[in-house]
Amino acid sequence: MINLCIYSLFLGLSLVFGGILIGRYMANILTGNKGKFLTWLTPFENLLYRLAYIDAGQEMNWKTYTWALLAFNGIGLVFLFALQLVQGILPLNPDHLKSVRWDTALNTAVSFMTNTNWQSYSGETTMSYLTQMLGLTVQNFLSAATGIAALLAVIRGFIRKNTQLLGNFWVDLTRTTLYVLLPLSIILTVLLISQGVVQTFQPAISAETLEGGRQTIAVGPAASQIAIKQIGSNGGGFFNVNSAHPFENPNLFTNFLETFAILWLPTACVFMFGYMLKNQKQGNVIFAVMLMLFLISLGAALIAENQGNPLSERAGIAHGVNMEGKEMRFGVFHSVIWAVATTATSNGSVNSMHDSFMPLAGLVCMFNMGIGEVAFGGVGVGLISMIFYIILTMFLAGLMIGRTPEFLGKKLGPFEMVMAMIALLAPIVALLIIAGIAIAVPEGLASLNNTGAHGLSEILYAASSACGNNGSAFAGLNADTRFYNILLGIGMLVGRFATILPALALAGSLAEKKLIPTTQATFPTTGALFAIMVAAVVIIMGALTFFPFYSLGPILEHLVLYR
Amino acid sequence: MKTLKSAAIVFALFSLILGLLYPFAMTGIAQLAFPHKASGSMIVRNGKIAGSELIGQSFTQPVYFQGRPSAGDYNGGGSGASNYGPAEPLLHGQISERLNTLRKMNGLLPDQSVPADLVTASASGLDPHISESSAMLQVPRIAEARKMMSAVIRSIVLTHIEKPLFGTPCVNVLKLNLALDESAARKER
Repeated sequence: MINLCIYSLFLGLSLVFGGILIGRYMANILTGNKGKFLTWLTPFENLLYRLAYIDAGQEMNWKTYTWALLAFNGIGLVFLFALQLVQGILPLNPDHLKSVRWDTALNTAVSFMTNTNWQSYSGETTMSYLTQMLGLTVQNFLSAATGIAALLAVIRGFIRKNTQLLGNFWVDLTRTTLYVLLPLSIILTVLLISQGVVQTFQPAISAETLEGGRQTIAVGPAASQIAIKQIGSNGGGFFNVNSAHPFENPNLFTNFLETFAILWLPTACVFMFGYMLKNQKQGNVIFAVMLMLFLISLGAALIAENQGNPLSERAGIAHGVNMEGKEMRFGVFHSVIWAVATTATSNGSVNSMHDSFMPLAGLVCMFNMGIGEVAFGGVGVGLISMIFYIILTMFLAGLMIGRTPEFLGKKLGPFEMVMAMIALLAPIVALLIIAGIAIAVPEGLASLNNTGAHGLSEILYAASSACGNNGSAFAGLNADTRFYNILLGIGMLVGRFATILPALALAGSLAEKKLIPTTQATFPTTGALFAIMVAAVVIIMGALTFFPFYSLGPILEHLVLYR
Repeated sequence: MKTLKSAAIVFALFSLILGLLYPFAMTGIAQLAFPHKASGSMIVRNGKIAGSELIGQSFTQPVYFQGRPSAGDYNGGGSGASNYGPAEPLLHGQISERLNTLRKMNGLLPDQSVPADLVTASASGLDPHISESSAMLQVPRIAEARKMMSAVIRSIVLTHIEKPLFGTPCVNVLKLNLALDESAARKER
């Protein structure tokens, strides 16, 4: 018990230090102040711009920025879709996997482009090494960089005044990828390999077991993909069971590294925000809000999962410990920490099967995704969602004190409110419609792996994961059907672009406003009152939206189990 | 149009760097610095690959320690879990069946409780570990089947317990069984 407290404290402190370190580094590098040790890379960066006919000095307004972002994501989508359709005839496919079915390929392409990394396929039996590298790994990087680029535009909207210019999308994208994501991934890859994560182009290995049977063991260039899947809030595993697979996550040290990597850049983004604003206190307060939400989730999930399964206990399992769908080397504790981290951010990788969690622990995961993953959120987009919640909070505060709401010296008018409401409500509405359709038609119900209330939970979880761009699953649901591939694909697109597009429009509108000076009557946004209000708005809004649905799923299941 | 052209070129360049250069470089480093680990930590016995240190293997004979139940029957080519919810009747059917078999096989009392890991399926279907108590529970059965002293087997188990700093102690079943075979072979010689 004491050990686990020390571990949690250590993880928390590593995050604060790691987050501040990288947050400050990002604030510098992404605003063009390369340290001495990176200037040697400038020629490469400039060569890339020259090859692509990009004028790096030319800044964009919000519409041009958005158009560049969409064009880039669109090309990525088409390429990844096409690559899967023809992987059967391409090289680097030692296990001779066939080309991917069109609906699976489409779902996967949308999934990786939107940073969701929902996987209706099973990695080792569906995707060739070439697809995993040239298709999936590339999107892992680029979708994460896209999220950070969008965040940078929003931050500039707050910093700048009386201008239309929000920065250059290509520059933001390139610097994020080359100076932040790639170096961190290289370091993590090497650390993971040193612990036993596989990285090879050999085909699957055939072993002769001790009892004389044969065991096929899938391998592949996994470590390089796992590193960025954790760092970039992606979460799409190389193997079917993701980081529960011993080759993705062989021991507690890799488990620590991967858990840390899930939370690292999302945390760093918050500190980067403070540094870029030259108002570190603001970054710290938002971090505190997120930490508060995270600890509430973690506490609730740990309590729920450690209660154990009363049915198993009656049958004769010591203490009813719920080890179904968990790995021995992680146990209940490390599985729950990961589950909360992966759903509180938009990562979605797993080291245990959430489908087999106790009902209320599963509920915590669903709730984390349902509120839009704001503690600490996905890279870039997590903080964007949090900023939308803050705008909503400032509106409520403005109503209470009878002043026009403002945040960081910018007046928040009807346009900003509309954008915030679209970004906060569209994913939720899509979630509920998708879940509603799935429980209303036979194609939706045919994929269920569990009966009763848990079946509803499986569908609710899938919809939450898609619309929250998370990617984790109650994996019993067979989502590799044309029905779910298309339905959830739509959910992922809504979840991603109903956040990013309003965010860019918001940035454009904010940048054009003037900065108003802080007065005595300004509602302070760096104090405890602000922090508590934001956290309350997040929780209340989520609870009001989801309680009716959760009461028929996980809550009902809980009551039946413990009656 | 100019944007589309730029987008296509940037995408192509990044695909080259991130999709080919990066994984190839990482594989090169991996195979130079950690060839054994990067290739799957394979165990070679009598010149043949007997399995991986990290991947569990199916054991059904009474002379071997058994690992955790696997939803995919320890198929290392396709990992998977049961994904049953905690109240699912099918799960509890499986659990009571496994409990019966386990108790019968190891001569336990019909209402004796057992460690969770021995009767629940793992997340990967390839879990290489069981808990210390799950190993100890099987010692008498193995002693009888192998006609070895319980104390000898217990001491082999004790030398194979992995005690991570922040986790529960556990035993790698494949390594344990290999050690068991080895010690039996030594005795014959």
